[in-house]
Amino acid sequence: MSETPTMMVDGRAIPIAGQRNVLELCREAGIEIPSFCYHSDLSVFGACRLCLVEVEGHGVTTSCTLVPEPGLRIHTSTAEIRDMRKVGVELLLASHDMSCPTCPKGSHCKLQNLARRLGVREVPFPSATPHLPVDRSSDAIEINPNRCVLCGDCVRACQEISGTGVLDFAHRGNRATVSAAFGRSLAETECVGCGQCARVCPTGAIMPRSEVENVWRDLDDPRKTVVVQIAPAVRVAIGEAFGLAAGTVSTGQLTAALRRLGFDQVYDTAFAADLTVVEETEEFTRRLAHDERLPLLTSCCPAWVQCVERFHPGLIDNLSSCRSPQQMFGSLARRLLPERLESSPEDLVVVSIMPCTAKKTEARRPEFAGPEGPDVDHVLTTRELARMIDERGLVFDELAPEPMDLPMGFKTGAGLVFGATGGVTEAVLRHAGAVRSAGGELQGAGDPEPVRTLSVALGDRVLKLAVVHGLARARELMEEIEAGNPDGYDLVEVMACPGGCVGGAGQPPTTHPGACRARARGLAEADRSRQLHTSGANHLVRECYDELLETPGSEAAHDLLHTRYHRRPRPSDELAVVDGPAGA
Amino acid sequence: MTTTTVSRDGLRETVRGILDDHGRDPGRLIPILQAVQEEYHYLPAPALTTVAAALGVPEARVYGVATFYAHFSLEPKGRHVIRVCDGTACHVRGSRDLLDALRAELSLGEAEQTTPDAMFTLETVSCIGACGLAPAMVVDDQIHGLLTPEAAVAILRDVRDGDEPGEEVPA
Repeated sequence: MSETPTMMVDGRAIPIAGQRNVLELCREAGIEIPSFCYHSDLSVFGACRLCLVEVEGHGVTTSCTLVPEPGLRIHTSTAEIRDMRKVGVELLLASHDMSCPTCPKGSHCKLQNLARRLGVREVPFPSATPHLPVDRSSDAIEINPNRCVLCGDCVRACQEISGTGVLDFAHRGNRATVSAAFGRSLAETECVGCGQCARVCPTGAIMPRSEVENVWRDLDDPRKTVVVQIAPAVRVAIGEAFGLAAGTVSTGQLTAALRRLGFDQVYDTAFAADLTVVEETEEFTRRLAHDERLPLLTSCCPAWVQCVERFHPGLIDNLSSCRSPQQMFGSLARRLLPERLESSPEDLVVVSIMPCTAKKTEARRPEFAGPEGPDVDHVLTTRELARMIDERGLVFDELAPEPMDLPMGFKTGAGLVFGATGGVTEAVLRHAGAVRSAGGELQGAGDPEPVRTLSVALGDRVLKLAVVHGLARARELMEEIEAGNPDGYDLVEVMACPGGCVGGAGQPPTTHPGACRARARGLAEADRSRQLHTSGANHLVRECYDELLETPGSEAAHDLLHTRYHRRPRPSDELAVVDGPAGA
Repeated sequence: MTTTTVSRDGLRETVRGILDDHGRDPGRLIPILQAVQEEYHYLPAPALTTVAAALGVPEARVYGVATFYAHFSLEPKGRHVIRVCDGTACHVRGSRDLLDALRAELSLGEAEQTTPDAMFTLETVSCIGACGLAPAMVVDDQIHGLLTPEAAVAILRDVRDGDEPGEEVPA
């Protein structure tokens, strides 16, 4: 007879079922223990000292570092613990920049919420912390160290998820801060703009850069024709900002909201994703035929592209030359829309709604600009758009759904699945007509592993594929490939963010651990509800080829839809540290 | 090439030597930084970048370690470092008077730590563990205890008389 082992939480027996720590066990038991520095997808840190519990016979300790054991008896809310937590929050507030009403984090601030939950009414300690400058040097994110609580979430996200390690603690005592090396501004560092630091930041210390005011200005200008493209992952997350469940597909409401905000045409990045699939599949089959520059590395994720340019320059030639869907859209819009919409080229404004902060940086790459300026003028994150909808006073879930505009609002299901890890591979395999063995499903399953590998048959060849999300894991795989690709991969898909674009740093803040999975399920559902599921079946994409692009991989297609990459200098380059370890 | 390049090359060679002495082990970051500081009396920024790249540790982590410990300095120091202990015992036995006397002797302003001729750096430390000898100071790793302001200044003068200018440190 084996009984499930239990431990006692506030006098109730709670089953121990592989929980990582007592904090997670309590969460499952319906008790939300306050914490800043605990994230289920980061290592355990034990720094914020808020998740305190009392262990009978042992005293008070942090529940994030306590492993559940049978027979353990803990109390989560004694007078002593409540007092200690309160003092902890009071001390944090003492050194906090309390311009809360104007902080963009607003009601999503964990510090504000904890102060309310714990009944903190005044801060009895004077501030001893110097005021530090705000870093707005990056196009992707901004850092206001005066709002930092030193929980270290960003430091661990930068190290453990993005594998970059740009941010770390510096100095000590009341001068302690999170900083890049030598106090450099972010633009001077090797930051790839993935924004995972902003995603995990509990306060308004690290936030995506906002371009909302620039977009309002163009919308208000009667001479401008403003068109907008919506990335797949946005439609399954924006509802969360208005109280809908994660994964609710709200494409129709989103389209209606954008028209009410004043956008002249509402298009879909998934249309450009269908185009990307056609071009990238052509490129892949050509490389396979010549056995050259394999594995093909996907190029849709701009943080990943920067990662290769900075840290794996030897693999730049392996990157697909395809522009990302955002930039394919921008390029086509510049070429096709002025005539169709009867707008002069300089008055056409292209806006993107993206789940991503790195897309802001991508839109400013000089390769993606023409004589009239950048192909994509402004990139808004999902949460910036939600704020515009709020500012405009629209009741989102009461909007009557509307269809997108043609031709660039038309897409197949394959273009939609791009928004979750495995989606690009899935779409390319469908288009190439590859044959998968059972269990070769890439989408719709539970939490995807950080690295998934699969073999598929294409013609008389068996292809080896890898699908990775999280740059830290991608870099480990790149080191293997640089060392000779022992597993013989033919295609590697990489997305910087956990879960793919659905887990992007521009998505609405969520504390719900299953949110990413729910968003990915939403995309799978959107795919199923389309009539077409292979990009080649998109007749409006085919029309683009007939009118303009000739054939996939043609010179015209290369001119408009492909790009080049550049090795980026590293701080250590001029010191010529050539014999460091591989990948350093 | 310019002299800056030459001294940078020299720095790179020196730092590589230190790294090799420690087997390029990331776990030996602190001893490596100590050795670099021993060489230059401070941690020149290019040395930290070299150490980070060679150990495969992010620069921000190396910078964090270097700024955490009071022992490490990212600013150039004088050839002789005087550390006046300002721990509790020394403080109550008059460490502030020692500090004032030394500062006057070196003509250092309130915010200055290093003399313009780069001969001396004057600092305080929280405790050197020589409370029985309070008030105490450390001059170039030599501990002097049971000091008076006059005795401290006399020690400083002896060091000044015996000083030989060393090599220039790269910026």
